[in-house]
Amino acid sequence: MNSEIWGELFRFDNYAELLVLVRNSIIAGAVLGLTGGLIGVFVMARDMAFAVHAISELSFAGAAAGLLFGVGVVEGSLAGSLAAALLIGLLGSRARDRNSIIAVLMPFGLGFGILCLALYPGRAANKFGLLTGQIVAVDNPRLTALLVICSIVVVGLLLIWRPLMFTSIDAQVAEARGVPRLAVSIAFMVLLGLAVAVSVQIVGSLLVLSILVTPAAAALRVSASPFLVPMLSALFAVVATVGGIMLALGGSVPISPYVTTLSFLIYLGCRFFGHIKNRGQRRHRARMPDVTAG
Amino acid sequence: MLTQSRRASVAELIRERAETAVRPDTPQTEATTVLSLKGASLGFGDRTLWSDLDLEVRAGEFVAILGPNGAGKTSLLRAVLGTQALTSGSIEVLGQPVRRGHRLIGYVPQQHLADRGTPLRARDFVGLGLNGHRFGVPLPSRARRRAVDEMLATVEATALANMRIGDLSGGEQQRLRIGQALIGDSRLLLCDEPLISLDLYQQRAVSALIDQSRRNGDRAVMMITHDVNPVLDMVDTVVYVAAGQVRTGSVDQVFTSEVLSELYQTRVDVIRARGRIVVVGLPDLAHEGHESHPHQPGGHE
Repeated sequence: MNSEIWGELFRFDNYAELLVLVRNSIIAGAVLGLTGGLIGVFVMARDMAFAVHAISELSFAGAAAGLLFGVGVVEGSLAGSLAAALLIGLLGSRARDRNSIIAVLMPFGLGFGILCLALYPGRAANKFGLLTGQIVAVDNPRLTALLVICSIVVVGLLLIWRPLMFTSIDAQVAEARGVPRLAVSIAFMVLLGLAVAVSVQIVGSLLVLSILVTPAAAALRVSASPFLVPMLSALFAVVATVGGIMLALGGSVPISPYVTTLSFLIYLGCRFFGHIKNRGQRRHRARMPDVTAG
Repeated sequence: MLTQSRRASVAELIRERAETAVRPDTPQTEATTVLSLKGASLGFGDRTLWSDLDLEVRAGEFVAILGPNGAGKTSLLRAVLGTQALTSGSIEVLGQPVRRGHRLIGYVPQQHLADRGTPLRARDFVGLGLNGHRFGVPLPSRARRRAVDEMLATVEATALANMRIGDLSGGEQQRLRIGQALIGDSRLLLCDEPLISLDLYQQRAVSALIDQSRRNGDRAVMMITHDVNPVLDMVDTVVYVAAGQVRTGSVDQVFTSEVLSELYQTRVDVIRARGRIVVVGLPDLAHEGHESHPHQPGGHE
């Protein structure tokens, strides 16, 4: 019994031949990991993990609607996630407002998506895939679309990196220093919407957080360097997605549990490592120098 | 190649700021006017916060802004920053009309603590003040590093340089925020309640730092505070905003029973005791505007 389950999960017969077949998926996974890992740093810095979840659910609704009305899953999910990202960005500049808007949007998105799927006469596998991912089926046109969107996100992010970090940390100071706060925030929400939409295609809307949040959260556990954190975050996300795809190859289980589990294990490892590192640092921490008035 | 040009641009930025700064050998007798407000009024809708404010702030001057909550103290700083338009009157910063994003104004808004999700160390945080507004990715450069190291030393935070900003105490973060506002030779430092929620020891450290920053004569300081006592020895000019009016002058000119009574239009007593100033009889609305006496409710009647 046990070995049967094990066999379902991992099987490495004819691995080399299988690997060639999923070349597209592996490229997609790597690019997606890189993108998600980078944007995840800002999701953490702006405290928007919950928003990512809401955007992914509206992206799911959009994809389901796209499927039902024959517009296309990719187009639908892009439209859904951009609309959600812009709504959250425009209406929820303060964390409190943002949370309530997210809580309002999320069930609506899920409900609408479920409605569309229920009305859709096609195969059930397509429906399930929107929620939990379908990375094995990445054909060439889809790969191209993914590469284009991911490049837009990465290049856009690099362009606004510094002012975006500045407004994320202290919006008032950044604004006083001349950062166009609203423009930068909106640009970020658009990039986030794009990143979520492509992630939904691959890992499914329920598991987007494992690419867009977990790797960055893990990286932040072990470093605070503005250079190392994005690098580690991207590395962790790539390891999780590519590793997940490669582990899943032989088994008959969907890909997402491998990705989420790897992502989670990396996070646990980082927490442990960060804990040890912090303890050392706290011990060596210098006392505040003695300064007195006058 | 890219790194080269980036490096050059940072060096340029630092030089550009240094050039606009007054040399220390400038005669101190005629300190430059850093900020000048003429007939300034500010209001929202039909409600006027304050009006007819004339103020000249010279390099090296320490200005304290006091007044009850909601009197428009923060709005005054925002007007100087150019993020809030005046209803009437004019503001000039270093002889030029105010504009948003002035490189030579440093701003420390009310305390807000960075959380652990911030991927920045103390040194990166201070560095944002130098070129955080520029587009692109922050690339390391020697000029930038040197400027940041110097500023960390100035705010006595060298030991904290590589620590995560979110792990630092309120007082430590406050010193770094001041460093971020001072870096790049800013000529005017605006602080909004910088001492709030700090213990006495940290209050002294932070106010000494602010005081020190204008001592070489290049920079002016404007600081909002709800209590004048921690900065009593430092203040040159008091701007007291209350009930739509503004009074400016030295501590001795403004903190008198006559002036404050006229301002609040009720009897207010200013008492000096043991080198401190206590204001008694403030209207209820204003009572947070001063040293609070939680155990003496009678003091606010």
